[in-house]
Amino acid sequence: MPQYETVIGLEAHVELKTRAKIFCDSTTEFGGAPNTHVCPVCLGLPGALPVVNKKVVEYAIRAALALNCKIAEFSKFDRKNYYYPDMPKNYQISQYDLPIAKHGCLEIDTANGVKKIGITRLHMEEDTGKLVHQGTITTTPFSLVDYNRAGVPLIEIVSEPDLRSPEEARQYMEKLRTVILYTGVSDCKMEEGSLRCDANISVRPVGTGGFGTKAEIKNLNSFKSLQRSLAFEAERQIKTLEAGGKIVQETRTWDEGKGETLSLRSKEYAHDYRYLPDPDLVPLLIDRQWVADIRNSLPEMPDQRRLRYVKEYGLPAYDAAILTNTKELADYFEECVKAYPHPKAISNWIMGDLNRLLNLHGIEITGCKVTPQNLASLLMLIGRGTISGKIAKTVFAEMFAGGKAAETIVKEKGLTQISDKRVIVAIVDEVLARNPGPVEDYKAGRERALGFLVGQVMKASQGKANPELANKLLREKL
Amino acid sequence: MITKKDVEHVALLSRLELTGPEKDMYTRQLNDILEHFQFLARLDTENVQPTAHVLPLQNVFREDWAGLHISREDALANCPDQEENYFKVPKIV
Repeated sequence: MPQYETVIGLEAHVELKTRAKIFCDSTTEFGGAPNTHVCPVCLGLPGALPVVNKKVVEYAIRAALALNCKIAEFSKFDRKNYYYPDMPKNYQISQYDLPIAKHGCLEIDTANGVKKIGITRLHMEEDTGKLVHQGTITTTPFSLVDYNRAGVPLIEIVSEPDLRSPEEARQYMEKLRTVILYTGVSDCKMEEGSLRCDANISVRPVGTGGFGTKAEIKNLNSFKSLQRSLAFEAERQIKTLEAGGKIVQETRTWDEGKGETLSLRSKEYAHDYRYLPDPDLVPLLIDRQWVADIRNSLPEMPDQRRLRYVKEYGLPAYDAAILTNTKELADYFEECVKAYPHPKAISNWIMGDLNRLLNLHGIEITGCKVTPQNLASLLMLIGRGTISGKIAKTVFAEMFAGGKAAETIVKEKGLTQISDKRVIVAIVDEVLARNPGPVEDYKAGRERALGFLVGQVMKASQGKANPELANKLLREKL
Repeated sequence: MITKKDVEHVALLSRLELTGPEKDMYTRQLNDILEHFQFLARLDTENVQPTAHVLPLQNVFREDWAGLHISREDALANCPDQEENYFKVPKIV
């Protein structure tokens, strides 16, 4: 049996965060009662004329620049014709041969190092309405349609078939999400559908050129279902070929419950979209100064920022990757560093206690009650020896819950670390008197007994004794 | 050359039901149209830009203001069948 290689290309759809739809004034707001965010244009009523929202073009250019694409000088909109009730016009306004941008790339970190994934094109189009089925799409007796989403602006980002495993496909999507979030043009919420993807997948014997017949998988609404469905589909195709069968070019849907892909329709008809330039919309001539202005307004991108964190702050690559994963977290980190210039200590706290509590309570960093200045003050208290590292964890939990400043909590609760030798000596004497057994053990050469005694001193002082001092005084007494 | 099979294919894509004589008629008419394009193709277009639009206009934009929409009753007014404020359509696949 030959070894097979998986070839994957992804088409990502990103909803843009504009106020109004792409060709009309209807709101893009998510949710809303069915068919209330609609107007004659997005309902495709006779005589209604689309006019493109300038912000959509700006955001598309912004995303394209962040993905290293070349921006077209001349671009236009086309009609993609198909009969499916998700669009009331029986066509979707999209871009065919002259998309707004082409030839980009995105770098992903694989087990074998950094890999550059080509981006074929990026174009603008309108989102479709939403179909509600009873049960699944193949068994429902009829469908219900809500056109609130019809006409919400989308960019479609098509990758080259450069991905070689379901894992790489997931990494590509995660990286794409990070980059788009940095640009601020979308909130990229997979669960709300503002980031979606379809996957084209084929297999071929290792070492052969050309491509096998591909299947397109739809309905992938999480990173997990993307990776799982591709793993399933690659195996299905290999098994089919090994059994002497042929792969049919088709669209398949991912059934999350069953954990398998199911055939939806044969692709031959579906792809016959008979594109034509939309006569209702005039072409776009993209001004170079406009492109330059958008480029200048882009923030530092995650790859550059990560490298800078290693170089400028001396952070491990792992820390740098986590801290720069979202722009908001990276901004938070940098605010902390401004107030307390010890990057590694801050990184440890952010990746440790802060991230743990954020995840536990399902809070975003932007909703965190601990300001960067407050986290910095807490670390200063530790640095000066006012509180121990252990007490700091308790203080931090309280700062996280109530948003109080570190100093306030330490003062209110009397948590200041005890560094007064006389006070600690008194506690040490008491602990030694109460624990003759461990004292004997220590004297018999068992080092571990010391750890127990230090623990007892800490406990007796309610965690406030300076641990180093307690350790030192215990040794002296023994 | 457009064949009867092409006409049947295009009719299917456009959800048109054609009778036998209609298929023959459209096959003939569409071939006539193509023939005319053969005639046009003889023109020298070496220095002519492809036409993307017939009007001499570019960059007509609207600003990103959300506002105008119509009531749900109006939206659903022409709908042949509805349920729970949705458009109701027959089974798709």
